[in-house]
Amino acid sequence: MATVLSAQGLSKEFRGFRAVDDVDLDVTEGSVHALVGPNGAGKTTLFNLLTGFLAPTAGRITLARQELAGRPPDQIARLGVARSFQISSLFPQLTARDHVELALQGGTGLGWRFWRSDRRMARFRNRALELLDEVRLANLAETHAGALSYGHKRALELALALALDPKVLLLDEPTAGMGVEDVTATVELIGRVRAGRTVVLVEHNMKVVATLADTVTVMQSGRVLVEGPYADIRRDPRVVTAYLGDADASD
Amino acid sequence: MIIRLLAGRPILLAVGLLAALTLPWVIYPPVAMDMICWALFAVAVDLLLGFTGLLSFGHAAFWGTAAYVSGLIAVHSGLPFPVAVLAGALAAATLAVPIGWLSVRSTGIYFAMVTLAFAQLVYFVANQWRGLTGGENGLQGIPRDLFGVDLSDPFFFYYAGLPIILAGLWCAWRVVRSPFGRVLVAVRDNPARARALGYPVEKYKLLAFVLSAALSGLAGGLFAIGHGFVSLQEVYWTTSGQAVMMVVLGGIGTLWGGVIGAGLIVELNDYLATAGFEEIGIVTGTVFAATVLIFRRGIWGTARHLLTGHSGRRGRAGAGRSAAADGEAVRA
Ligand SMILES: Nc1ncnc2c1ncn2[C@@H]1O[C@H](COP(=O)(O)OP(=O)(O)OP(=O)(O)O)[C@@H](O)[C@H]1O
Ligand SMILES: [Mg+2]
Repeated sequence: MATVLSAQGLSKEFRGFRAVDDVDLDVTEGSVHALVGPNGAGKTTLFNLLTGFLAPTAGRITLARQELAGRPPDQIARLGVARSFQISSLFPQLTARDHVELALQGGTGLGWRFWRSDRRMARFRNRALELLDEVRLANLAETHAGALSYGHKRALELALALALDPKVLLLDEPTAGMGVEDVTATVELIGRVRAGRTVVLVEHNMKVVATLADTVTVMQSGRVLVEGPYADIRRDPRVVTAYLGDADASD
Repeated sequence: MIIRLLAGRPILLAVGLLAALTLPWVIYPPVAMDMICWALFAVAVDLLLGFTGLLSFGHAAFWGTAAYVSGLIAVHSGLPFPVAVLAGALAAATLAVPIGWLSVRSTGIYFAMVTLAFAQLVYFVANQWRGLTGGENGLQGIPRDLFGVDLSDPFFFYYAGLPIILAGLWCAWRVVRSPFGRVLVAVRDNPARARALGYPVEKYKLLAFVLSAALSGLAGGLFAIGHGFVSLQEVYWTTSGQAVMMVVLGGIGTLWGGVIGAGLIVELNDYLATAGFEEIGIVTGTVFAATVLIFRRGIWGTARHLLTGHSGRRGRAGAGRSAAADGEAVRA
């Protein structure tokens, strides 16, 4: 199976503190790859490196043989790495449909046309409604993001990432802070949208990881502790001490 | 219901157009000319402040550069004045490319400071380059030529210049209501998100900056031709400050607000000057402070909020976070 996204020797230092320390990561095309680890392990920082929001101190990032390190976030997004944010990051005054239309426009040159009417964006409407339907937000298309519930905001984040038609989808804690019902719905949603896509998922909920992930990478203090299928990882004594102790005891 | 209708766009447009056409009958024509020039300048500043979230404190550089360039072209070439004005706008846009390129990387107060610094540089150059600008004496004797038509009467010159201003205002409106304008508002409200959606935020800001400078230049060039004279005042920092003040007074992110703010400040300045009042700054400053304290959204922003019960179509009526929070509260 082909590797679609990979990092080699990736490091990020914040004033001498290594938040990400010499990380190697290979994400297989078509897989769901979970990234787990205790708080502060460096998972979000790794996402920020992969998407260009932070510049690596050292290391290489390649997307299907294309070097990504050093490119700005917008270019990486257009090249095919889309992300959601750990804390929902939306435009409170725009409707759900406005959001998705804006995302669909991102890859085209229409955004530069300052001499055109914004009615031209209507060309994205049908696709936007399709995507909203895919994440079960069709009936909330005209609702402003500021008025959406927490779970719906997370779903909209997912729709935005999908709108970019990415090669790799990076989801930072898509179920964080959700009640059991929303978690189930989100797992079902990701399970559905993963078809034909590659997903990297930061997740604290081990049930979610167990259900969705083909491969799990465990991080601790900026380093990769172990990597492998969930079934192997959960029995690894190092992982149990570092992280999985509680979750394992509970199921 | 009737009030809502009155606030509707076609009616507003008709009222605005009527006001523009009758202005020199109501007030002293040179003051009317100043008013419409400042109105376009303020709207250009609002394009950045209200719709891109960038507070420029250096737009005098563009207004003033265009004033000098238009004036010099009119003096030396004898071309029709609209050509001189357009050339001024082009010069302002060209100057905005390097200045914008170096400024848009910073945000908030730093952006204001960087733009102010560049404007001071332009002021310094204008002051030093006496041979060209006339230094402290100013650039004098700018003709108003339009294919031999006699435009020496300010009343007629007003009508000759008005189409340029209206075209500039239309451009600003077009930009705001374009796909580009939608991206600008997204960049203003959540730049990180806009980036993640594939928009190169800095480049969008730069284009907005250049467009805003071009419109400021259009206004400044016409202002110079109208006065027949350019002084260092046009590149001085207080000119930048006055344009910002007009926008804040009228309402940030409303376009109309800039027009209203300009009308009020120019009228107030003229009234105080005719009354022989020395400390004009104190009065305008006090009026400004009082208005902003009472009407947080500015005059037009507040009026529209009261009339329509919301803060604008698609929430384009405010700058940044606080407006976003307002929008949410109103809808909840
Ligand atoms: N911009 C920054 N400047 C300085 N330190 C930072 C910065 N961003 C992250 N860190 C530090 O880097 C470490 C890793 O943070 P990161 O957010 O990547 O962790 P995480 O694995 O995503 O944790 P969580 O599960 O809580 O989201 C933390 O100690 C954090 O304080
Ligand atoms: Mg995190």
